[in-house]
Amino acid sequence: MSEPAVALEGATIRLGGRAILEDVSLGVARGEFVAVLGPNGAGKSTLVKAILGLLPLAAGKAKVLGRPPGEANARIGYLPQRRNFDSATRIRGIDLVRLGLDGSRWGIPIPGLPGTKEKARRVAEVLELVGASRYATKPIGELSGGEQQRLLIAQALVRRPQLLLLDEPLDSLDLASQAAVAALVRRICEQEHVAVLLVAHDVNPILGFIDQVVYVAGGSAVGGRPRDVITSETLTRLFGVPIEVLHASDGRLVVVGQPEAPFHHGDRHA
Amino acid sequence: MLDAAVFQGLSWNLLDDFRQLFTYPFMVNALEAGTIVAVMAGVTGWFMVLRRQAFAGHTLSVIAFPGAAAAGWAGVPLALGYFGFCGAGALVLAAIAGTRRSLGAESAAIGSLQALALALGFVFVSLSHSILTGLDSLLFGTFLGITRSQVLVLLVVAVATVAVTAFAARPLFFASVDSDVARASGVPVRLLGLGFLLVLGLSVAETSQITGALLVFALLVTPAATAHRLTPRPWLGLTLAVALALAVTWAGLALAYFSIYPVGFYVTSLSFGVYVLVRIVTR
Ligand SMILES: Nc1ncnc2c1ncn2[C@@H]1O[C@H](COP(=O)(O)OP(=O)(O)OP(=O)(O)O)[C@@H](O)[C@H]1O
Ligand SMILES: [Mg+2]
Repeated sequence: MSEPAVALEGATIRLGGRAILEDVSLGVARGEFVAVLGPNGAGKSTLVKAILGLLPLAAGKAKVLGRPPGEANARIGYLPQRRNFDSATRIRGIDLVRLGLDGSRWGIPIPGLPGTKEKARRVAEVLELVGASRYATKPIGELSGGEQQRLLIAQALVRRPQLLLLDEPLDSLDLASQAAVAALVRRICEQEHVAVLLVAHDVNPILGFIDQVVYVAGGSAVGGRPRDVITSETLTRLFGVPIEVLHASDGRLVVVGQPEAPFHHGDRHA
Repeated sequence: MLDAAVFQGLSWNLLDDFRQLFTYPFMVNALEAGTIVAVMAGVTGWFMVLRRQAFAGHTLSVIAFPGAAAAGWAGVPLALGYFGFCGAGALVLAAIAGTRRSLGAESAAIGSLQALALALGFVFVSLSHSILTGLDSLLFGTFLGITRSQVLVLLVVAVATVAVTAFAARPLFFASVDSDVARASGVPVRLLGLGFLLVLGLSVAETSQITGALLVFALLVTPAATAHRLTPRPWLGLTLAVALALAVTWAGLALAYFSIYPVGFYVTSLSFGVYVLVRIVTR
């Protein structure tokens, strides 16, 4: 159990002949809550997929829950980026959550078999945990983006994973819900000793909850305690352009001068 | 073909009429074949609608037509033509989907395949100098002259594919509604996609033999779409799709028996009627 949840050493990931991430080293301890930040196209989702073993490493070493990537996925809860269901989707949230529990099992589930009740109880429990019980039996396409997101978090949680990979779970939430979900993830992280890697765009709604922040930009990544990483010096070095971090009086951090898509701008206007 | 003595017509004594349906072996064969096909079409149709592959299903049904026509021309059993062409068609569709171009390019490729299939069908029909009624039943279905051995083939194929689909039901459902997470959980998403297209091809091949190539939708799509409208629960939905397909098939066969119109016409009208009704009620 003392093995880290995620350990990357000098990892390089290539897509379409281009190195998206190069020489990235990263460690996530058990029960640690890590935020992954960075501009669009920086490679955050790529990093998550590599941890899942969905993308191969071109170089470097990786261990996930003590195994090579892809081999421990049964113990990982995954929430991919930007999934929403249009109103024509006639599936209930509760069935989607249930899929997280036994969706990869072959054979016909026979009602009344031992374990069936247990599974239904677990699904109800996790729906309660994320506060989605009220609308879990409605067709998911008829729910709001935030309600869908809560159900998807429940799906990722339902198997009691040891590692949660959440790719922009706060995406379609209002500020209050963002804080609520971040608090929820923090609670799960502590109660069930789950390591969490959460990709986000804005650090502020989650700043009070996280242990470590990983900034991804310009093909590499820098990780550490938030107050150490989110500084003018570190970010300036990472992005390669002057960046200023301001501390607002309410404790929020304001990152100024962060280019949205560094590669494309740089090439064209150089 | 139709012996006047065979038909006693509708007496309006419903019990008698009902009994009359089971008097003739050809009608018993037709009812059994219809039942087998309806169960299979209900199950695969439900997944097809869920996966939004109705266009692929329709294309396979168009491919069924040259399959049957070619078999007629070559003098081999029609079932061989149906299963052979639909199976090969499923593989071609899988290859087209596998190239992963834009959705528009994919639709265009599938559409061209449809046109080619129709043209081929007419070529085979004219090559074999079939009389027009032959063409008619290929396109719009027939329930006459279904033999015991045909029923047996339908049964074997249906049992095999329904069993495989049931065994793969949960991963297939997972892959259909949430492919990214399914893949990460170790579900072989691409393999299931290919497997399902093959199952769909076999279902279309079976269904064509009752409804005719052009009216496969009546059994494959409409009952399933109605079931999806009625409930988002997966198992209940599957059951409803099968029940609806059975109901329209039985009613369609009975109506066709007492009239001069092809069975495909009744099955289509009935299932479409139910669909419209459900749409209005569930507004
Ligand atoms: N299959 C692929 N082939 C080639 N390049 C790819 C592929 N998938 C992604 N990329 C590129 O990899 C880079 C990183 O993509 P990624 O999705 O990881 O970014 P991200 O940090 O998650 O961005 P966002 O904030 O928009 O989600 C992008 O420049 C993208 O164009
Ligand atoms: Mg992303």
